[in-house]
Amino acid sequence: MTGVITWLRDPNPTSRAQARFGQTYMGFLRLRRNHLAMIGLTISVVLVLMSIFAPALAPYDPIAQNLSDRFIPPLSPGHWLGTDDFGRDIWSRILYGSRITLYIVLLVILTAPVAGLIIGTVAGYFGGWTDRVLMRITDIFLAFPKLILALALVAVLGPGMVNAVLAIALTSWPPYARVARAETLTVRSSDYIAAVRLQGAGPVRIIFGHIMPMCLPSVIIRVTLDMAGVILTAAGLGFLGLGVQPPLPEWGLMVSSGRKFLFEQWWVSTMPGLAIFIVSLGFNLLGDGLRDVLDPRSSGK
Amino acid sequence: MEQTDDIGGNGRIWSLLREFGEAVATLLVTFIGLLAVTFIISRVVPIDPVTALIGERATAQQIATARAELHLDDPMIVQFGRYVWGVLHGDFGTSIKTGRPVIEEIARFFPATLELSTLATILGVLIGVPAGVLAATKPGSIADQFVRLVGLMGYSMPVFWLGLIGLLVFYGTLGWVGGPGRLDAGYDMMMDFDVTQYTGMILLDTALNGRWDMFANALSHIILPAGLLGYLSMAYISRMTRSFMMNELGQEYITTARVKGMPERRVVWVHAMKNALVPLITVIALSYAFLLEGAVLTETIFSWPGLGRYITDALLVADMPAVMGGTIVVGAVYIGLNLVSDLLYKLADPRART
Repeated sequence: MTGVITWLRDPNPTSRAQARFGQTYMGFLRLRRNHLAMIGLTISVVLVLMSIFAPALAPYDPIAQNLSDRFIPPLSPGHWLGTDDFGRDIWSRILYGSRITLYIVLLVILTAPVAGLIIGTVAGYFGGWTDRVLMRITDIFLAFPKLILALALVAVLGPGMVNAVLAIALTSWPPYARVARAETLTVRSSDYIAAVRLQGAGPVRIIFGHIMPMCLPSVIIRVTLDMAGVILTAAGLGFLGLGVQPPLPEWGLMVSSGRKFLFEQWWVSTMPGLAIFIVSLGFNLLGDGLRDVLDPRSSGK
Repeated sequence: MEQTDDIGGNGRIWSLLREFGEAVATLLVTFIGLLAVTFIISRVVPIDPVTALIGERATAQQIATARAELHLDDPMIVQFGRYVWGVLHGDFGTSIKTGRPVIEEIARFFPATLELSTLATILGVLIGVPAGVLAATKPGSIADQFVRLVGLMGYSMPVFWLGLIGLLVFYGTLGWVGGPGRLDAGYDMMMDFDVTQYTGMILLDTALNGRWDMFANALSHIILPAGLLGYLSMAYISRMTRSFMMNELGQEYITTARVKGMPERRVVWVHAMKNALVPLITVIALSYAFLLEGAVLTETIFSWPGLGRYITDALLVADMPAVMGGTIVVGAVYIGLNLVSDLLYKLADPRART
């Protein structure tokens, strides 16, 4: 273990991999000093573990109904978070629901930032009319209120998980395009790009091989900061009945199903809402800390 | 890229005019883009407007007549032109559900949203700005950490859930506030007969009519949703205020002011604040615009008869003209607020004038 750490901390790395791992390790050390960020990291890791081991951790089936066990209050033996109006164990449903949440987040962050990255780098690299047209389109999408555009898209596509993902992705790419374009403009005219061009590289290779990697850090920071927003939008769509459909244990949907019994059986809505809150707080804390580590410009000093 | 040395006189007027022209052109292009998106969305929706209008048992002849009446056989671009022309003249189509013009319905629903988000923004600014300044003057202190955590919690809060918890605690358990809706049922009836509705905003209308009992009732209903949305905007505003103030407090002119022996309160609230205010205007305008849309979920929870609820209700019955009309209005307000904040920015900061 100490050998590994000495290798990581070596001020004169002998290979590119060693330098890169060393940098990552130093970054992690800086992140570790930030207690709030570590709490966020812990929450995120727990969420991933929960979703992976949901079948092993969940004491009950998340979907099977058991009407004789309706509305058991929390902290009862066997159901520590209580049961809902169909007698389903809320803890088991939250466990399985973490899979849906994570699945939506993954799909969105695999599509929207990529689209934004391509549009932003192309606009920034070519400039002129390409830039003007692409950025105008970006501005139009930015001018749309996000949730309402997502709602309108879902109305057209029909409710469901994949359509919700599509709607969220279609509304969340513009900020990435902005960020990527700004980064591209700063590196576009640097010497190394000119050198690559002199070697005969075409625009495609320059953009994908030499400009995009430079944009990645700022895009990644944005992604971690946006993850909470994606979770909240997905839950909001679910809450309105336009996202994931019952009987799937999506958290927003669970909050909405408990609305009818809010004043008598408060826990049915409260527990899944608490889960949404904790998870998005976790991502926000992590993103906030990561930005301080990865982006020296915003560290406040 | 040409630089004119002629600072006063004609050159300046021309540059201002050109800037204004550019702003208007940008606004128009964005607005047309907004319309294009809503147009495309409403055309691909898998509901045939003809069937929706005349029913499924119409004859081929009737369908053809209806299609011709709705101009559905024209080329897409002509249809789009007609659509834009209609919207510019306030014609948003007719609601399928109620059969009334969408623009009339929006005019009825919009004041409720405006009232809610305005009150929320006022609350957000009143709490958020001082909190952000406090955090910036003592970075790393307990107060700073607290403001940061409360802000991050606001960012992470599912607003529909917080609304339900608020109702559960303050309405259901404590009984401190009014429940869903804008007024108690009894007052709701009176609203239409006893009160002259000048603005459609209940707090203003009841005050103008001198009905303070109704005013108090309306206040007890609005305070919870407005407080909730105010918290969200406070989270954003306090965080931005902190970062702008930190930026200003690190500048040399602040050190100069301190060295001169100026009281710290004056340094912070007059000197630094004056400069931090410039970007802050943009932030406040943006959060205001955000609240207009963020109200969608809140209005659902609190049965608030506003634009957000109008859109979601229309969505659930696939009333596309209503959905698109609402979307256009919210989008237009959004674009308008962006423009206003841009102009204010230029007014407040001489450096931003080109």
